[in-house]
Amino acid sequence: MPNFAALTEAPIEFKRNARAALADGQLRRNFRGAMDFLMVKRAAQFADDEECEQLRAFGNRVRARALSRLPALLEQLEARLTRNGVQVHWAESVDEANTIVHSIVAAHEAKNLIKGKSMVSEEMEMNHFLGERGVDCLESDMGEFIVQLRAEKPSHIIMPAIHLNVGQVAALFHDKLEVDYTEDVDLLIQIGRETLRRKFFEADIGVSGVNFAVAETGTLVLVENEGNGRMSTTVPPVHIAVTGIEKVVEKLRDVVPLLSLLTRSATGQPITTYVNMISGPRQADELDGPREVHLVLLDNGRTQAFADSELRQTLNCIRCGACMNHCPVYTRIGGHAYGTVYPGPIGKIMTPHMLGLEKTRELPSASSLCGACGEVCPVKIPIPSLLRRLREEAARRADAAPHHVRGQGANHSTKEGLVWKAWVKMNTSPTLYRLLTYAGTRARGLTPANIGPWTEHHAAPKLAPRTLHERVREHLGEA
Amino acid sequence: MSHNSRGTGQATRVAPPREAARVYPPKPTDVYLFGTCVIDLFFPDAGMDSIRLLEREGIKVHFPQAQSCCGQPAYTSGYTEEARAVARAQLQLFAADWPLVVPSGSCAGMFRHHYHELFKDEPAALQQVEALAARTYELAEFLLHVCRIQLSDTGAPVKVALHTSCSARRELGTHVHGRALLAQLGAVERVDHAYESECCGFGGAFSVRLPDISGLMVLDKTTALKDSGASEVVSADCGCLMNINGALEKQGESLRGEHLASFLLRRSGGK
Repeated sequence: MPNFAALTEAPIEFKRNARAALADGQLRRNFRGAMDFLMVKRAAQFADDEECEQLRAFGNRVRARALSRLPALLEQLEARLTRNGVQVHWAESVDEANTIVHSIVAAHEAKNLIKGKSMVSEEMEMNHFLGERGVDCLESDMGEFIVQLRAEKPSHIIMPAIHLNVGQVAALFHDKLEVDYTEDVDLLIQIGRETLRRKFFEADIGVSGVNFAVAETGTLVLVENEGNGRMSTTVPPVHIAVTGIEKVVEKLRDVVPLLSLLTRSATGQPITTYVNMISGPRQADELDGPREVHLVLLDNGRTQAFADSELRQTLNCIRCGACMNHCPVYTRIGGHAYGTVYPGPIGKIMTPHMLGLEKTRELPSASSLCGACGEVCPVKIPIPSLLRRLREEAARRADAAPHHVRGQGANHSTKEGLVWKAWVKMNTSPTLYRLLTYAGTRARGLTPANIGPWTEHHAAPKLAPRTLHERVREHLGEA
Repeated sequence: MSHNSRGTGQATRVAPPREAARVYPPKPTDVYLFGTCVIDLFFPDAGMDSIRLLEREGIKVHFPQAQSCCGQPAYTSGYTEEARAVARAQLQLFAADWPLVVPSGSCAGMFRHHYHELFKDEPAALQQVEALAARTYELAEFLLHVCRIQLSDTGAPVKVALHTSCSARRELGTHVHGRALLAQLGAVERVDHAYESECCGFGGAFSVRLPDISGLMVLDKTTALKDSGASEVVSADCGCLMNINGALEKQGESLRGEHLASFLLRRSGGK
């Protein structure tokens, strides 16, 4: 099991985790197959490149506009929600958020929570926190339900159990739910649903995430495909929504392009089966709905990203997961190897703000900067540029000002710094460059066969007998 | 053009080039060549063949001997100050108003897109950067759209796979230019390979920092190239070629990738 960041104080051992994941052929095949499927589905939804580009640019502007007014919009959101009868809570840290949720749970003497899918609740380790206090949390999203039964974490932000194949789920249900072994997917879903159905009515509190929080109207938008989100937010007498402060949008009409981008990018659907728009608790003349609705707004490092105009773009994210679906690294190692709640490219640029660079020091470097993520991001987050920026923050001296990211200097190395200084000397002095490249090419016969990690997968590279500089001098004369 | 390997791995479609359609000038009399450090030290033939192609088009090629590296290795490693120092040394070398031709997508991308970031706080340098970026061309793009080259094929029928580096593809649209050039060669059939738009795993320091992941990526890439039915592999990026060829050699394969310039020159009777 890979080490998980939130549960330990030690840095995430990404390289070690990745090596273990790469050795698991079944896991790799599961991911490759699933990611291929998702890429084809997305591509079919964006058949027109021009439309796709325009919509992405539009999505980017909507998010940038919301973030440019973030403090004001959050205040407006709170005011509208409060007017609608929703109780709004602010949490700077995961601990604070959990304490708030627990206090609501305690006030109702609740014992059973049912949860719709929420990555922020994963970020909070809510199940763990409440479980330790004798409160039972049950995941009702089928994928989340499966990973919970396996005592695992989600391996993907949209498809939590994507690392498993049918046989693994069949064996799990047979073992944990004591049903006959079957690999019939429809039947397996039926079994899961029947198990969950009863639980919705037994639950004291329903928990959900939020996809978009609309400041203008005080509306919480929640998309899902299984109906479990609607059940979780309407059947139990109390609904607690948890979300990050960046999810706010200015106007209701802003949801239209973002929703279209989200569902098409995430699962290749024109729209999800359910789009819930929650604006408050049950009114006096209404027959159903929760009697109490709470919203917990979590910071957990987001204001650090917000404070820097470049890093702020991280907060554009609408959590579609397209970056991981298209990532050649994620496809090969899966989500667990990242050791973070949010895996893949977006996780690599977001988690450093949540956990600090000390803990996440290996993540920004774990990319070839191929750009596949940035190319598909529906809100045009320049993920490769932000990875590069975080590499810079990790490589800088810990005490260098200005200080932008917690854990700055986590990868600072005097030795590596000296290597780059020497590289600068060589590449800014034509005389030195000529001398060194001359010496190098003449000594090419001495190239060792084993040069560290490179020769694990490659033959040793051999310098040419003569440099291009030399051959051009002969061909064109000195210039 | 063959589509026989369609199916797995063709999901990421050819994306449009990042920038708006570029307006191309008429063919110039003179150009600068930026040779790149990888070509200088490992693939000088690719540089010489680029020069020969340009000269055959009647263009005088200038190669400032003081050039070294575009700064990319330090830049992508997060050593921004060091990258800026090396970039600054290059900036001074291309003073005349001639196009700068770069036979490598990722280095061309540095000049075209990333020098802006390096010099964003230096107005004077930034002006220079912008002027240079506007006249910087990746070789394939330059041959196709500025030289308006017409290649006639002198070789025997052959199937060729084209690998395009990620930065060349996503920052410059080089895959489109490379395909158009290969299409001019009558006896050359360009074949698709699985996961064509996927990274070969090089990524500069990435390949040594995370050799396990990078190694699997290049294994998948070489497998796709071998399975494509192509007998030759071409690419306009020597970073990728160093990665792909190094892996093929380690695997004991005889197949090797060749720089697009060398392939074009050879096929069109120039060598």
